[in-house]
Amino acid sequence: MGKQVSLFVTCMVDQLFPNVGIAMADVLERLGYRVDFPESQTCCGQPAFNSGYRAEARTVARHFLETFAASEQIVVPSGSCTSMITHHYADLFQKEPETLALVHAMEKKVFEFATFLTEIAGVEDVGARFEEVITFHDGCHALRELGIKSAPRRLLSHVKGLELREMSPAEECCGFGGTFSVKFAELSGAMARTKVDAILGTGAKTVVSLDPSCLMQIQGALSRAGHSIRTMHLAEVLASR
Amino acid sequence: MSVEFDQKIHTTLEDANLQLAIYTATGRLKQKRVEAVAADSLPDYQELRTQANAIKKHAIENLDHYLEEFERNVEARGGKVIYCKDATEVSDFVLDLAKERGSKLIVKSKSMTTEEVDLNERLEHHGLESVETDLGEYILQLAHEKPYHIVAPALHKTRYDVAEIFTRELHVPNETEPEKITLTARAVLREKFLHADIGISGANFLVADSGAVTIIENEGNARLTTTAPKIHIAIAGIEKVIPRAQDLAVFLKLLARSATGQNLSVYASFLSGPRRPGEIDGPEEFYVVLLDNGRTKLLPDRSKRQSLYCIRCGACLNTCPVYRKIGGHSFPWVYSGPIGAIITPQFMGVSHEPGLPFASSLCGACGEVCPVKIDIPKVLLDLRSDVKKSEAREGLNRLELFAFRIFAWVMTHPQAYEIGGKIAASLAPSGEGKWISSVPAFMRIGPLKAWLSVRDLPPSPPKSFRELWRRR
Repeated sequence: MGKQVSLFVTCMVDQLFPNVGIAMADVLERLGYRVDFPESQTCCGQPAFNSGYRAEARTVARHFLETFAASEQIVVPSGSCTSMITHHYADLFQKEPETLALVHAMEKKVFEFATFLTEIAGVEDVGARFEEVITFHDGCHALRELGIKSAPRRLLSHVKGLELREMSPAEECCGFGGTFSVKFAELSGAMARTKVDAILGTGAKTVVSLDPSCLMQIQGALSRAGHSIRTMHLAEVLASR
Repeated sequence: MSVEFDQKIHTTLEDANLQLAIYTATGRLKQKRVEAVAADSLPDYQELRTQANAIKKHAIENLDHYLEEFERNVEARGGKVIYCKDATEVSDFVLDLAKERGSKLIVKSKSMTTEEVDLNERLEHHGLESVETDLGEYILQLAHEKPYHIVAPALHKTRYDVAEIFTRELHVPNETEPEKITLTARAVLREKFLHADIGISGANFLVADSGAVTIIENEGNARLTTTAPKIHIAIAGIEKVIPRAQDLAVFLKLLARSATGQNLSVYASFLSGPRRPGEIDGPEEFYVVLLDNGRTKLLPDRSKRQSLYCIRCGACLNTCPVYRKIGGHSFPWVYSGPIGAIITPQFMGVSHEPGLPFASSLCGACGEVCPVKIDIPKVLLDLRSDVKKSEAREGLNRLELFAFRIFAWVMTHPQAYEIGGKIAASLAPSGEGKWISSVPAFMRIGPLKAWLSVRDLPPSPPKSFRELWRRR
């Protein structure tokens, strides 16, 4: 019997990209994990937090803490949502010592998907095959708040048939930024087009990332410009055989 | 967000030449910085950042102590320190002094602090001639524009733009070769230096233990400004004070590298007091104006007061994907880019431009390059919360507040969340698996309209994850 992990699929994957969650569960099960999905899960609260609504963010964060209180390890297909929990919940509950203690306990149990595989499961080769030229987009929160750079690349390097071509510039934001994407739509769109240019420069057919929100922004811009390049979450690539 | 802010962003994004100029110039500075702080050229870069942060933190937490020490040491060397609370007090001081000494011509070296208080305009209003001597600033003074960038004020101007400005304002032949343009400026400015009565500079650091003003520059104009005229006035924000001369060993390693990718600037001047007996150069009178202008308002907030650590290197502007698109003049005040987005609302009040802290994707690139480790994204988040609290007090933006209250309720009621998701999915066009570029007219409102204005929308999947999971 393998170890138990809980999925926090995020509201975006639940509602818009369910295949990402399924792919993540597939990969974890193949590695011998028993996977559960706490049904009362919804959102981490980041949209409210980033929009300045702290009280509302706290309400949603409390719900998350309750939902996953019993889980031992929680895997998340998003660097941004992971970082909300592990880096920003503490800010939200500065003045509530009891909740803050729960937050600090939670911080140790929540893992972004790629990091979970390389650091906790200790695997780099998940036995995937994906015969394509891809490029990898570093989500800003995964990169700068969680310091994730090599984990997805190590995982991708073991995927049979896959060629990774880095884009230049590699580390520039896609322009999503949550509510920023609609509050400053024209600006957000201009940033996405710069990203699209960097992607086109690689000649890759697929863009891979750890964050569904970046992928939604990038795919939306690619599609609007009439490009046939597709976007995939790392979990979907790793689930391919 | 104000209409003006929105309009300036739009105008800048529409201007293809300007877009190229901003992106190229910031890209060059960004790359030079990366090379200058790379492990093989500055192995202890991260350690230096940590030290710089610690020194600034200590200085700001003991600001009263170090300002008094600085003042004592300036006066011991024959200089004078003047505390000013706002723009009017600064210009009154300069105007009174100019009147007493019968001064007419002022030369100025680059100073964001004087931009902040509109000093040139105030002096010119009273019949004084105040000439900018930094090349970029001089170009902008001729063009009647504010700086576009903290370090490279004329970053948005191409040499062709500059040639036109010179021809129009100085009546010289249209010359587009940068070296020749510079010689024209030099010829004009040398005359100004020779005849100026007062030199006004800014300050990069105020060194408490030596009563010294430190000025970092590349063109030599600041050294002339501070030594040629009989009177030197340095104008600086109170947050520029650092405890000891030896702290400069940390800051000077970081400043030029972060700003322009140079290991050290061409000139670093340490000025303390007027000319002493036996010395052959230097001013006869030496004043340091210490400006508050809203800075002390930041001190009570333990987290946000880190905004005062800034050494004005401009690295956050060059690396910011937002600044690189909207440029400097879209920002509502003289300070632009990420640092402008955090200090403007604090100096001017959050309602000055409530949209400003939200004009960021929170990508964190600014915090990563900040040589004094200001956590700019965190301060932006704090300011967003401040804006919303202020709006709630004033009864503004009620619809958004209502929307987020609904959001919080839905997200804490999983059944409502699931039903809501299903309703939304049933309304959304399926797109037959393809991404959607338009929706029916009744849905073309608010965030959905904004999203679709520049991007396509993902098709709604037939089943949510939780539905698929239950069938697994």
